[in-house]
Amino acid sequence: MNRITERFKQLATRREPAFIPFITAGDPSLDMTARIVLELEKAGADVIELGVPFSDPVADGVVNQEAAQRALKTGVTLHDIVARVKLLRRQTQIPVVLFTYFNPVLAYGLESFARDADDAAVDGVLCVDLPPEEAGEYKRLLDAREIATIFLAAPTSSPERINLIAANSTGFLYYVSRTGVTGERSDVETSVEEMVARIKAKTTTPVAVGFGISTPEQAAEVGRYADGVIVGSAIVRLIGQWGDSPDTPARVAAFAKTLADAAKGKSG
Amino acid sequence: MQKTPYPDARGRYGEFGGKFVPETLMCALDELERAYYEAKLDAEFQRTLRDYQVTYVGRPTPLYYAARFSEHLGGAKVYFKREDLAHTGAHKINNALGQALLAKRMGKRRIIAETGAGQHGVATATAAALLGLDCDVYMGTEDMERQRLNVFRMRLLGTRVVPVSSGSKTLKDSINEALRDWVTNVRDTHYCLGTVYGPHPFPLICRDFQSIIGKETRIQITNAEGRLPDLMIACVGGGSNSIGLFFDFLGDKEIRMIGVEAGGRGIETGQHAARFAGGRLGMLQGAFSYVLQDPHGQILGTHSVSAGLDYASVGPEHAWLHDSGRVEYTYATDAEALDAFQLISRLEGIIPALESAHAVAHACKVVPKMRRDQLVIVNMSGRGDKDVEQAARFILPEDQQ
Repeated sequence: MNRITERFKQLATRREPAFIPFITAGDPSLDMTARIVLELEKAGADVIELGVPFSDPVADGVVNQEAAQRALKTGVTLHDIVARVKLLRRQTQIPVVLFTYFNPVLAYGLESFARDADDAAVDGVLCVDLPPEEAGEYKRLLDAREIATIFLAAPTSSPERINLIAANSTGFLYYVSRTGVTGERSDVETSVEEMVARIKAKTTTPVAVGFGISTPEQAAEVGRYADGVIVGSAIVRLIGQWGDSPDTPARVAAFAKTLADAAKGKSG
Repeated sequence: MQKTPYPDARGRYGEFGGKFVPETLMCALDELERAYYEAKLDAEFQRTLRDYQVTYVGRPTPLYYAARFSEHLGGAKVYFKREDLAHTGAHKINNALGQALLAKRMGKRRIIAETGAGQHGVATATAAALLGLDCDVYMGTEDMERQRLNVFRMRLLGTRVVPVSSGSKTLKDSINEALRDWVTNVRDTHYCLGTVYGPHPFPLICRDFQSIIGKETRIQITNAEGRLPDLMIACVGGGSNSIGLFFDFLGDKEIRMIGVEAGGRGIETGQHAARFAGGRLGMLQGAFSYVLQDPHGQILGTHSVSAGLDYASVGPEHAWLHDSGRVEYTYATDAEALDAFQLISRLEGIIPALESAHAVAHACKVVPKMRRDQLVIVNMSGRGDKDVEQAARFILPEDQQ
């Protein structure tokens, strides 16, 4: 069984949502990324989303754009990131999802990418600008290697599209809680709970919610009804602030723990 | 070649095109596609569009026989399709007006646009003023610097010009920002994309609104010469003026067509925007096409003296016309375009846009090898008033600038 699916099954028996932090791979360096991943696991992360930096991230807000720019300046590539995940497997078996734009994957070559990702024990891939309609070959290759294909659903997705997205998503389905780009928001849109319920009525695939969740209060609220809580920009912003400092992994983890605990109903 | 079945139902031109966008926009693209097909069949919509084209834009634009230029080259007879005489000074108004009418029909109160040279921004700002829509235009700060006149024009027309300082600060980055705005405000906003690029149905909609260029040209050249041309030349940034001229003639197999990309400082320098000469297959901003990118799929910076051609990818229909061999693609360098810019100013009293000057530059290379009884049409896609300041920097000695 895919490790993402396995993790969601374990959490379901405990009636706990998954906590899924997002960080940009290579910001400030791949060494630091690896250390942050290990600390995030200790802080209560169930799945790690590793952002693959891209020069033209149309779905991202300023915080993630700047992180991608910092990472690209170090020369990090998708090849480097996949290789680093493979190295990381000596230290952790935490499920890893690559969160990427489609062009770096295309440039890698779909077949080579599926092979290398499998070899590195990458557990899932999410291409933010690849809707299921365009994903035929990509999905076939990843399915064959039991790598989860995660697709986005949005507040604007029609019932027909929700069906299509649910039918194509494995591991989990990523519900975008906002019409907008990634980034921190002061409140969570009220209709999210309703939409998550509607999606869950149609599929047994877990539904995780992300985009705009940045505080323990928001994490707690979303954790009540979603199968997973995804936090990105709030963590990425801290990494940006603290950069290469040796304390960065511990400080990031301390913040992430407040979110993980809140999401799982262990605080307040 | 059949022209009707393309794009297919998935928005593909052969393997090119498609709809590669974040999920939030998929519904908006579906809505736009439905609304567009309805409008296409709606006689009232078409009549309104036609009225504005005639009474507001000034269509049909003339087809002008460039006698002195032809004489100078000593080969075929060269005609200019005078899109530079359309209201706002370029072909961009054809698409902007059509899409603004469509936005209004869809009940959107706001339109947004990206702009490079500023011509599409000005055209969109104009259509927004005409139809009473709110309008924001995204423009790279580098482009704002080289096209200051157009920035002022847009503001005068009541549009907010939003500076984009991310990435290369040019057209590609302003498209990123416009897409981010659209993802956020998709419910009440229409994204008036300015060229035959982006996700389906934009390349189709823009092509259809621009194809009036070729339809008029067919009638005009037939009236003037009693026959169709032998060669057509147009510059290619995203590719809207060229597809606008070429589309109606794609089935006329005997007509040779050449698209001219920006060669910048030369292909060997890497400082150019010649996607067919230096790009590989990839996906940028919604469409699968030829893309200037590094080996790892990161999009490369581009360079051209003309902001309107300074883009890392090219319309998917052009990619398909390139691979099928129907249209030839080449490039002209900055220096060649600047020479053509001055040549046409002196010989014909027409100051061309630096974009259009790339097409003229290529005409200078091929026309002298042609026979005197042959006919060439060059698309004079825009006028060069906006470029005078930029061109002076290159052309005049420093003390005369």
